[in-house]
Amino acid sequence: MSEIGVDQWVEQSGDRQEQYSGRTAPIRRLFDSLRPGWRLVIFLLLAAAYPLVVSQSGVRIGITVLLLAMLALGLNIVVGWAGLLDLGYVAFYGFGAYFYAIVTSNQLPAHWPTWIAIPVIVATTALLGALLSLPSRRLVGDYLAIMTLFFAQIFGEVVRNFERLPGVSEDLDLTGGPNGITGVEPWKLFGYEFGTFNRNFYLLLVLLGLLIVALHNINDSRTGRAWRALREDTLAAEHMTTPVNRLKMLAFAVGAAIAGLAGTIFASVQVGVFPNNFVLLFLITIYAAVILGGLGSIPGVVLGAIVIAYTPEMLRDPSTAGVLFYVGLVALTVAMLKKWRLVATALAGLVILGYAVRWAALAIWGDSILGTANDTLISRVLDGWLLVLGQSQEVVTSYAFVLAIVGALGVIAAQNWWRVVWLIPTLYLAILVWENKLALQPSVTRQLLFGGILMVMMAVRPQGLLGIRQVEIT
Amino acid sequence: MEFFLQQTINGLTLGSVYALLALGYSMVYGVLKLLNFAHGEIYMFGAFAGYGVLTVLGGPSALVVPVWLVITLMFVASMAVSSAIGVALERFAYRPLRNSSRIAPLISAVGASFFLQAAALLLFTANSKSYDAPTLIPIDTGLTLGPINVWLVRILVIVTAAVLMVLLTMWVARAKTGKAVRAVSFDREAAAMMGIDVDRVIVVTFLIGSALAGVGGVMVGLVFGRVFHLMGFVAGLKAFTAAVVGGIGSIPGAMLGGLLIGFAEAYTTGYISSTFQNLIVFGLLIGFLLMRPTGILGRPELVKV
Repeated sequence: MSEIGVDQWVEQSGDRQEQYSGRTAPIRRLFDSLRPGWRLVIFLLLAAAYPLVVSQSGVRIGITVLLLAMLALGLNIVVGWAGLLDLGYVAFYGFGAYFYAIVTSNQLPAHWPTWIAIPVIVATTALLGALLSLPSRRLVGDYLAIMTLFFAQIFGEVVRNFERLPGVSEDLDLTGGPNGITGVEPWKLFGYEFGTFNRNFYLLLVLLGLLIVALHNINDSRTGRAWRALREDTLAAEHMTTPVNRLKMLAFAVGAAIAGLAGTIFASVQVGVFPNNFVLLFLITIYAAVILGGLGSIPGVVLGAIVIAYTPEMLRDPSTAGVLFYVGLVALTVAMLKKWRLVATALAGLVILGYAVRWAALAIWGDSILGTANDTLISRVLDGWLLVLGQSQEVVTSYAFVLAIVGALGVIAAQNWWRVVWLIPTLYLAILVWENKLALQPSVTRQLLFGGILMVMMAVRPQGLLGIRQVEIT
Repeated sequence: MEFFLQQTINGLTLGSVYALLALGYSMVYGVLKLLNFAHGEIYMFGAFAGYGVLTVLGGPSALVVPVWLVITLMFVASMAVSSAIGVALERFAYRPLRNSSRIAPLISAVGASFFLQAAALLLFTANSKSYDAPTLIPIDTGLTLGPINVWLVRILVIVTAAVLMVLLTMWVARAKTGKAVRAVSFDREAAAMMGIDVDRVIVVTFLIGSALAGVGGVMVGLVFGRVFHLMGFVAGLKAFTAAVVGGIGSIPGAMLGGLLIGFAEAYTTGYISSTFQNLIVFGLLIGFLLMRPTGILGRPELVKV
């Protein structure tokens, strides 16, 4: 019990803050001891060196990463700082991209120069964001989320189906419908054309650097603090005379403007825009980046974007994907079981189970069920351990996939030794499905992964990798 | 007149399905204040479960058992699969987050929706499957209603949905657990203090809501034929629209909203253009949310400070 006059909650506030502990403590301590400016300089130097050491396709991936980082930073303003759940964010990105594509390609005879196009587009997108913030005066939480989601859907429908506005522009094709727009001109500034991947990479890097500096300052400013007050308790903030509606509008507008800017660069790099670039899948990708990194934290969001944009690229190459998968599997096993004794038992059991299943399968059905084994990590380490299936592959892996999910749920629900018992067959099934199916379909695997990341992250560490744990006051 | 009648029947069929889906949204929202984004995917898995039963029993053209038995089994299987997924989601994705901030379960639900969609893509591939119901029940069987003929499958869908809704209404009004559901959605803490097992009530809510979604999935498969991994998303959005228009948390509201959205969609498709169909439904919701955020039958929630 606390003394009279000392509030217990205030007194214990130190305990609630996260201390450095666990295996990653030294890294986190080092990171926190650096001043934000130095962090940014180190990041920019490392990023600037990146195109020098990788191939052109590597630079292309780098552009994807930087674009995602930029978008994630913009979304972070709306969701992380102001606490407004905006599921229509991808529409602003699409709007910027389409606007840029329309005014610089052959859709219109206009061909605006970049220095006119960019300010106009950014301002228009900001205006659109401000417009979309109007419903947030009345709607909160889930209602606002679903409303913005409808906005994104309507954007997609319009872009796909109304390339010719009925009655307005019967013979003027604006959006190109499902085929999108091609032949978009790259950015041109001061007679300098951003036509190559390298130039676009550095352009993005410079913009990202400026954006980070600006956001860092905004975060510490009156507006930034007011946004956080809004997020924590809108009602209380309003009573403290915070102009709630204006701040919501500002958050939406700034977030939208950043998305619009990113959209123009995207259109310029891709030399075209297509309706499928701006679907819900991409929105979830941005959300995954923001949430994985840590809602509200600038370095966190950038880190999240790097991880989220890079992972699918690694999945694309089967051998690295394999390494990633097995490392992840072992890490998960360790995290689930914690004690080395249990981990060792699980791994030994896994090896035995593999040989036993293979022996049993061959004894019952004979050699005919076997397919040709690929040269994968597991076949090199444990030759003849895995059942590589032939024709019946589709059916068996489907069942194995469902069973693996059931098994994973069992692992979560079970404790101690029961957990080991659940884990062994689950691991086996997971490897079976991976080698026979998942590794061959990277795009589906990516979707599964994102969905899984969002769920696991929310359950385990809702504040993300670098986020600050929020204290709920009830 | 004939065309109008045809569209009305279409609207009624669609509306029944949306109403069943909207009930799930509304009930879950009532007890947990959670927007279950994955509800559309639960419905999609229900549709696939029905397709699975149909395929196992020989496919639409070479059935090994009578038609009525197949359809019953399809409904049963879809209810089982959907409610299993619903309950698993509740237990593993939503329960650990019950005391965290409002945003966490919503994001988890988006993740679940995504995960389930990818799982369906993996299990059933991207090709859409067809129930081929006209082979099961010939299209000219059914009721003659003036100038038009109403297909037996449509009658089956409308009657089943109506029966289920009546049963649900009675259950919520009379049964002990039904009353407990109402109590929990009114005030979870107070209900817990009165000795109601809140966890159990929430599980039951998910079970029933998901089972209804599964039934809806099979119905859509029967009437419209196509079953595919993305079918849950737009249907889920529309059902949510229905739930909101009716007043989220209110069971008669969900039914009313579902029918309303069904009619709106059918008449738009019939009289204006099918390209506008989604735009009009979404526009309706936006307009509705702005004018009356609590829906037709919803009550405004008072915020206590």
